[in-house]
Amino acid sequence: MTRSQQRALGLAVSVAVVAVLMVWFGWIFPTRYNATDTRLVAQAFYIGVAAMGLNILTGYNGQVSIGHGAFFGVGAYTTALLMSHEYTYFGITFGHTSFVATLLPCAIVTFVVGALVGFPALRVKGLYLALVTLGLAVIFPDLATRFVQGTGGTSLVALTPTQVAAPSWFPSRLSAQDQWAYTMCFALAIVGVVGVWLIARSRFGRSLIAVRDHEAAASSVGIDLARTKVLAFALSAMYAGIAGSLSVLVVFNASADKVETFQNSIEFLVALVIGGTATVVGPLIGGFAVVYIDKWTKDAFPSKPVVSPATFGVALIVLMYVLPDGVVGGARRLFAWSRRTLRSRRASPAAPATPATPVST
Amino acid sequence: MSLLEVEQLTGGYGAVRVLYGLDFFVDAGEVVVILGANGAGKTTTLRALSGALDAKGHVRFDGRDVLGRRPEQVAAAGVAHVPQGRGTITDLTVEENLRLGAYTRRDRDVDGDIEGWYGVFPRLSERRRQLAGSMSGGEQQMLAIARALMARPKLVLLDEPSLGLAPIITQELFRTLSSLNREQGISMLVVEQNASLALGIAHRGYVLETGSIVVSGSADELSRNDDVRKAYLGF
Amino acid sequence: MALFFTQLLTGVQNGAVYASLAIALVLIFRTTGILNFAQGEMALFSTYLLWKFTDIGFAVWLAIVLTMAVSFVGGALIERVVIRPVEHSSPLVIVIVTIGLFLAINSLAQFFFGSGQRAVPTFYPEKVWHPGGVIIYSDTLVLVGVLVVECLLLYLLLQRTKLGLAFRGVSGNADSSRLLGVPVGRILMLGWGLAAAVGALAGAMAIPTTAGLVPSSMQQILVFSFAAAAIGGFDSVFGAVVGGMIVGVADALTIQYVHRLQGITLIVPFGLILLVLLFRPAGLFGTTRVERV
Repeated sequence: MTRSQQRALGLAVSVAVVAVLMVWFGWIFPTRYNATDTRLVAQAFYIGVAAMGLNILTGYNGQVSIGHGAFFGVGAYTTALLMSHEYTYFGITFGHTSFVATLLPCAIVTFVVGALVGFPALRVKGLYLALVTLGLAVIFPDLATRFVQGTGGTSLVALTPTQVAAPSWFPSRLSAQDQWAYTMCFALAIVGVVGVWLIARSRFGRSLIAVRDHEAAASSVGIDLARTKVLAFALSAMYAGIAGSLSVLVVFNASADKVETFQNSIEFLVALVIGGTATVVGPLIGGFAVVYIDKWTKDAFPSKPVVSPATFGVALIVLMYVLPDGVVGGARRLFAWSRRTLRSRRASPAAPATPATPVST
Repeated sequence: MSLLEVEQLTGGYGAVRVLYGLDFFVDAGEVVVILGANGAGKTTTLRALSGALDAKGHVRFDGRDVLGRRPEQVAAAGVAHVPQGRGTITDLTVEENLRLGAYTRRDRDVDGDIEGWYGVFPRLSERRRQLAGSMSGGEQQMLAIARALMARPKLVLLDEPSLGLAPIITQELFRTLSSLNREQGISMLVVEQNASLALGIAHRGYVLETGSIVVSGSADELSRNDDVRKAYLGF
Repeated sequence: MALFFTQLLTGVQNGAVYASLAIALVLIFRTTGILNFAQGEMALFSTYLLWKFTDIGFAVWLAIVLTMAVSFVGGALIERVVIRPVEHSSPLVIVIVTIGLFLAINSLAQFFFGSGQRAVPTFYPEKVWHPGGVIIYSDTLVLVGVLVVECLLLYLLLQRTKLGLAFRGVSGNADSSRLLGVPVGRILMLGWGLAAAVGALAGAMAIPTTAGLVPSSMQQILVFSFAAAAIGGFDSVFGAVVGGMIVGVADALTIQYVHRLQGITLIVPFGLILLVLLFRPAGLFGTTRVERV
């Protein structure tokens, strides 16, 4: 088989695999499984979306953030508040909207907040940036408690079953609440993947990488450092915000307790690294990994709930030993290794292995 | 028996082979030079000797097998390696760098030696409390050499000492190296791209090309060798 | 006025706690170059150990010494067994490993010692003085005293011993140090062991003055200690102390005097980090690395 034939075959196989996955996840899955499982996968999808956003900032642009739980929270609150309350400003009344109608406002709000954070972040690098973003995750719950009037005086904004139910125009085959939530998560995850794919291939994507690898060189070829870095923050915040919106459909509320925002931030980072930084589908795979490892460690020791975080922690550590470049990276290495072994096996067994060409020393 | 005997040294980085069976030796009191262009394998050779990377073959130093030993053990055996780019510890002062050079020693003459090296390198003496990172390239190179010598090694490996330094500085540097060898009998294995400087202080030399030794002989012979002259001496 | 000084002293006392954990963070940063998310939980485990020792019947001061020794060994082992395999991976990977450690150690502490509240005793007498209306606790004096002694000992170790010089050499340039014969692996273990022992001391100092030892005791302290280390510059022990004091005092005074920030006083340490970093990107006492392009 020639090289181009191989490539065509590879492309055909990939397209077929993607098509099968789309049909399975989009059409078949939601009707086959019970509500709990469906919600679990929906959660995997929206964590994947948040991780995709973090990928734009941390994977492609090298700015480490452990505060994206805050943007997630802003998105969740925007959606929850718009759906459950009515507001009147400058004589205009709005509120009690449908879920879909909250998506655009949520995207805009979190984009703007992300940009606002991105500006001061310009002055802070590496480790210190990570700490400042940690600050975001830690302060957000306090801000929510201070400024949000939720149920019973807490910062929890709960939604009624009617509010989270599927709208009338949605196909009746998927109209159960969990199916509706799942479909939205799936659909937006696909949109998210396409978005990241387009970014990665674009000039903007290349600037992201250039700025990550060598700022001085990047600016010397005319890349606007500030614009690139702030835009990366804004886009990643937007993704996290949409993920937060989606979470409202799955857990029926928006909340921000102290531990949760920090945990979410860590979860997104873990999903990103497990899946594979600077890869298009890695973060999505990471979302699944995080959700399912969590489930398995909880199910493994039903009588001793204290032990499950330990198993999760150990699982994380082991994963980093085995797959330091994530699932996608590991898959690529496996692929390359199998290609090499197949190729050398196909060569005559009597021929000696040729030495590789020396590189500069 | 030579101070350093290397037979069939083979190695590289992971799947990439760089050295293909090198044979060379250094006698006590000699300055031996390994010439070669970029990518020939000069740095890799030294790193294989000091234990910083995996290699196969035989390396006997002072009668003992050292191939495969950890860098700490090779250093303790009496081999000092001045890496490419000098490798001074920029966060420590000049004096602290020198003192760290004597890490493997257990005797009481460390302070005396430090003063001695200040005598040989007066500029270091002026800057003894200065952070190493704030000095010029030439001064850092002198510090790196003095630091390596603090260990009272039997053999010093020098990786491209002239790299990145102005011509006047490199002249002074090589004069110092030469006098250290002549007056104190310190054996040196110098890896260099700058052939004329290196051959000027060497007793013998080898030429390394893509991982193999292609020419060997006395410094005189190499300077007169037509191929060497054309490729490395520019005439 | 008396209230101001009382609050100031509270801030200083808290600051001493943040400073001591921050010192541990700085030691790890100098050794391995990363943010150790597990530092608080390692200190938590050590403090549980301390409680167990006192529960068995050891005198408190002896229990503290034992705990520090065990923690030193534990920290060194963690470096050798858990961190060493990923030493050369990207910093993100190493951070995820410390996150895994965070979860595992917290969980193991609860597994071995139970999740209930434990009381950890002090080794000094609890006294209160009221000169001129200002309230002074013996806790404050002891904590600050311990911090000062700790810093002095660390200074002597790092600046005046051969081992300390080797540690600073490895922190600066591990490859060069290796070529000089310094056993880099063992120095890394030393760094982590020292950090663990310092963290154990931090826990021993912090917990007796709080509500009691519970699994979440160290988490807020960790956040403040991160802030302290960042303000001081991550590679400076002295910076960690100054940072700790700034965070402790600013927090205490804000709680007392700035009522508009009621409930969101956490803004203070992070606002401070941002402020400091805007003017000095490497922290107050950190070394700025100038890189030639």
